[in-house]
Amino acid sequence: MDTGTKARSDGAGATAITDAKKRYRAGVLKYRQMGYWEPDYVPKPTDTVCLFRITPQEGVDPVEAAAAVAGESSTATWTVVWTDRLTACDNYRAKAFKVEPVPNSPGQYFAWVAYDIVLFEEGSIANMTASLIGNVFSFKPLKAARLEDIQIPAAYVKTFKGPPTGLIVERERLDKFGRPLLGATTKPKLGLSGRNYGRVIYEGLKGGLDFMKDDENINSQPFMHWRDRFLYVMDAVNKASAATGEVKGSYLNVTAGTMEDMYERAEFAKDLGSVVVMIDLVVGWSTIQSMSNWARRNDMILHMHRAGHGTYTRQKNHGVSFRVIAKWLRLAGVDHLHAGTAVGKLEGDPLTVQGYYNVCRDSFTKQDLPRGVFFDQDWCDIKKVMPVASGGIHAGQMHQLIDLFGDDVVLQFGGGTIGHPAGIQAGAVANRVALEAMVKARNEGLDIAVQGPEILRKAARFCSPLQQALDTWGDITFNYTSTDASDYQPTPAVAH
Amino acid sequence: MMTNPTGRITQGQFSFLPDLTDAEISLQIEYGLKQGYAWSVEYTDDPHPRNTYWEMFGMPMFDLQDAAGVLMELQNCRKTFPQHYIRLMAFDSTRGIESIAMSFIVNRPAHEPGFALERQETHGRTLRYSVRSYVADRPEGERGNGKA
Repeated sequence: MDTGTKARSDGAGATAITDAKKRYRAGVLKYRQMGYWEPDYVPKPTDTVCLFRITPQEGVDPVEAAAAVAGESSTATWTVVWTDRLTACDNYRAKAFKVEPVPNSPGQYFAWVAYDIVLFEEGSIANMTASLIGNVFSFKPLKAARLEDIQIPAAYVKTFKGPPTGLIVERERLDKFGRPLLGATTKPKLGLSGRNYGRVIYEGLKGGLDFMKDDENINSQPFMHWRDRFLYVMDAVNKASAATGEVKGSYLNVTAGTMEDMYERAEFAKDLGSVVVMIDLVVGWSTIQSMSNWARRNDMILHMHRAGHGTYTRQKNHGVSFRVIAKWLRLAGVDHLHAGTAVGKLEGDPLTVQGYYNVCRDSFTKQDLPRGVFFDQDWCDIKKVMPVASGGIHAGQMHQLIDLFGDDVVLQFGGGTIGHPAGIQAGAVANRVALEAMVKARNEGLDIAVQGPEILRKAARFCSPLQQALDTWGDITFNYTSTDASDYQPTPAVAH
Repeated sequence: MMTNPTGRITQGQFSFLPDLTDAEISLQIEYGLKQGYAWSVEYTDDPHPRNTYWEMFGMPMFDLQDAAGVLMELQNCRKTFPQHYIRLMAFDSTRGIESIAMSFIVNRPAHEPGFALERQETHGRTLRYSVRSYVADRPEGERGNGKA
């Protein structure tokens, strides 16, 4: 491969040079000659295995490109260095061991790369990501690269504590079982005063929602200081709890400019008796793990809003698949994770989205190519993350949502609650009735995917807010083709 | 009187639906049995949202595979405590779950007085909240069968 410099002539071969004298002579070698391509390599049970989708530049051999990915995500620099010989360098080299063309995608290849457990610091996603999605993604001989999936060995999984609460304990704390949880994001996102904001919280929770939510960009702007928001929101939460006899919560977003500010906000949320705090993905891995520790110390559910992920997860040829982000977040330790709706306004092919949900909730995730899951993954009893479906969904899609995602999910209808023609409480009632009617029907043995619309119409006969919701939004769909679908099976968008 | 849209406590899976008939309850029990859950009947006269431990009307029915048997236990409980809250709970012993898988209310008092929210002003503008059942200041068993 052309690395921009001329390769040494003794390095013309396609395999690793085993003669140490030749291997370490100053100059430039091909990556596969340096030991980053080992077609016979069998990953050890303690190895991390990554699957990259790579698009080599014109004329670059895919095997050499795969070896380069292994090299640039582990020990390699562009030229031979003698200082390698001071180390057990064979161990530190990642090893590309398989390359295959991506089905139906000319120019793209899947490359499997294995990493020894010595490469990553225990309990640090920041360290793992610095290698796996560091320099390698800017490497010139590749037009594009995407980390599609990752298999993390049990030995490394066990260096993480995982979700501070987990979906099982969350349900026990909330006393809510056997149905999806219901939420809504307060709208408008920006501009409400603390007092006006709390009104929306109160109406939604009293109407029947389990959770309300700050949006990702609500922190502490001039129109609403964070303390003001927390005080009014918690009055609303407690008042609604007394009005319904249920435990209620509102995700208080503690995202801020510094870690110190975030701790201060989280402490105040705790003092006020909130059951949940929220952070945005943009805060970064170390902050996420710090907040996870804080949440574990303080019996707090930690909600993760995946703000920003679309900048690197959405395009299929470059970036990181969300399934990898979901795996890292489960290890880093969040309790709630926005993982897509499939039927709403945001990107997401149904099977691919189900793959993300499985990664969040499985005890053991099995390889499942139609859902984009390339590897088995043993979660080693690490707690389960509650996925959140949020963005452009409404009561008329209840059957599709429960059919796709089952019970262990938070369904969040923001516009679909607050925009109800008869008010926020009515919107909440409509969603809760639709939810309970659908769970009941499914348990009774009905095929909700088929009979869903009829079940909703029947429930609307005793619930006029649901009828109004169906009249308002019943035929709203966001039926666009996904940019990120499995390579192994055609996946049409869900028809209404 | 409770002033939320349903006019009643909305704990459990089906509080927003019309009360389930015994036939409908049987279908839910059967669903749970098919999943391998064990059913249990619990009752209370203090349905405070943080009152986790309602009284058990007997032990969870681990070996009962018959919905009619579970329903019979429920009917016995209703006969004994007609004006209490009664819920059916299903336990799932699968590794990694080992918790409650279903829970819904199957009996309520005729009158549901609900809860008061008490606020205590503390430092700054901070408030401390306390939710109190209106009936809870009377001893257990003497709570007027739910009548305020």
